[in-house]
Amino acid sequence: MKQQSNSPEETETLAAGLARRLSAGDVVTVAGELGAGKTTFVRGACGALGVRERVTSPTYTIGHRYHGDGIEVSHLDLYRFQSISPAEWGDLEPYFEDAIAFVEWPEAGEGVLPPPRFTVRLRHADAGRAVEIEEC
Amino acid sequence: MEGPGGPLILGIETSCDETAAALVTDEGEIRSSVVSSQAELHARYGGVVPEVASRRHLELVTPVIREALAEANASLEDVDRVAVTRGPGLIGALLVGLAAAKAVAWSRRLPLVPVDHLDGHVASLYLEPDPLEPPFLCLLASGGHTMLLDVRSYTERELLGSTLDDAAGEAFDKGARLLGLGYPGGREIDRLAGEGDASAYDFPVARVPGLDFSFSGLKTALLYAVRDLGEEELDARRADLAASFQHAIVRALVERVREAATQAGRDRIAIVGGVAANSALRAALPEATAAPLALCTDNAAMIASAARWTEAVPYPRYLALDAYASR
Repeated sequence: MKQQSNSPEETETLAAGLARRLSAGDVVTVAGELGAGKTTFVRGACGALGVRERVTSPTYTIGHRYHGDGIEVSHLDLYRFQSISPAEWGDLEPYFEDAIAFVEWPEAGEGVLPPPRFTVRLRHADAGRAVEIEEC
Repeated sequence: MEGPGGPLILGIETSCDETAAALVTDEGEIRSSVVSSQAELHARYGGVVPEVASRRHLELVTPVIREALAEANASLEDVDRVAVTRGPGLIGALLVGLAAAKAVAWSRRLPLVPVDHLDGHVASLYLEPDPLEPPFLCLLASGGHTMLLDVRSYTERELLGSTLDDAAGEAFDKGARLLGLGYPGGREIDRLAGEGDASAYDFPVARVPGLDFSFSGLKTALLYAVRDLGEEELDARRADLAASFQHAIVRALVERVREAATQAGRDRIAIVGGVAANSALRAALPEATAAPLALCTDNAAMIASAARWTEAVPYPRYLALDAYASR
């Protein structure tokens, strides 16, 4: 499904709609170039899942783990990865256990990460963003 | 017999990319500080880490500890406690340092001091030869964190504000990638900005309520500016873009840190973390105490320093101690 978002708030609302369909064990990849609104999207989804902690970019820290309303939420970012070696998978695996996992910059993890339930693609479009959500 | 200068604190840090060990005295004198940085490897891959794995830390942690001891001309017999970063960071990476620290401490029946990485950055200001004493207002800005801390004493700090989205150091690195610069991006922008005009572009700095920061919009503004220029034009304007982009980040940091100091009633400001190495930030805050350049990026001397004010866990109770990814 392709939608248009004209503000970060609209992106968050679209994400909140998706979040309500998720449960523990689900993986959502969030792709898009720099500044496309990936972290904004994850923030919106986390808000709908009852996360009260601040949702910030995990580019450097690689993984964040938040506590939602009766659900754990992982927020990963593979920006600094080239590919995922078995050793690296060992580091990432715990983030996928008993949690909904959002993965920014998922390209490096293709074929290694658990298959996503939804893929989200964000693009700069005019002044806003095109948001494409697909169920796998 | 103890080595010259009395007992030493062995510090170990493995929270992110750096594997580091250091030996520091109780008085805050650095006897050695070894950092095995992947920065050179990063450069080769344009900012991408060849392998962001705890296995790298595992390979490096023992040699790095050995080197720290050798450089300090010390042995484990001179060590009276072991300090280690417990979090926040990547859990697998943290566990390597924690396990190494437990092993060293346990084998010699020493106490272990679990240290918060952020306390470590603040404690980089407490080391010789020019230690700073609390209270002061501290800006901690790095690749993973951007926060304003009211440091009331060696053991009490209050978080006054932090980033809502990207960290300042991350903004520098992503800006550098948009400009086609090398890695580490912060250093490259700093260097190129020296040749550019900081007023050439007026990049917006988001004014968010309170004492928080937002750098996400700035990144998008740079993207649009780069996209509007052709390849040739970009070559001609790259230095101006770098200077203007850097200016926007520095202005946001400086405004907020001064506001926070006024609100908290602090007359002294300090800056720590990787971004504290930025020359424009240092120049824009001439009144501030900046962490020594070698201690801005992750290191273990700051972890050993923080241990001087952190309660030690006695032998062998720390064996069950766990790392934490976030607070």
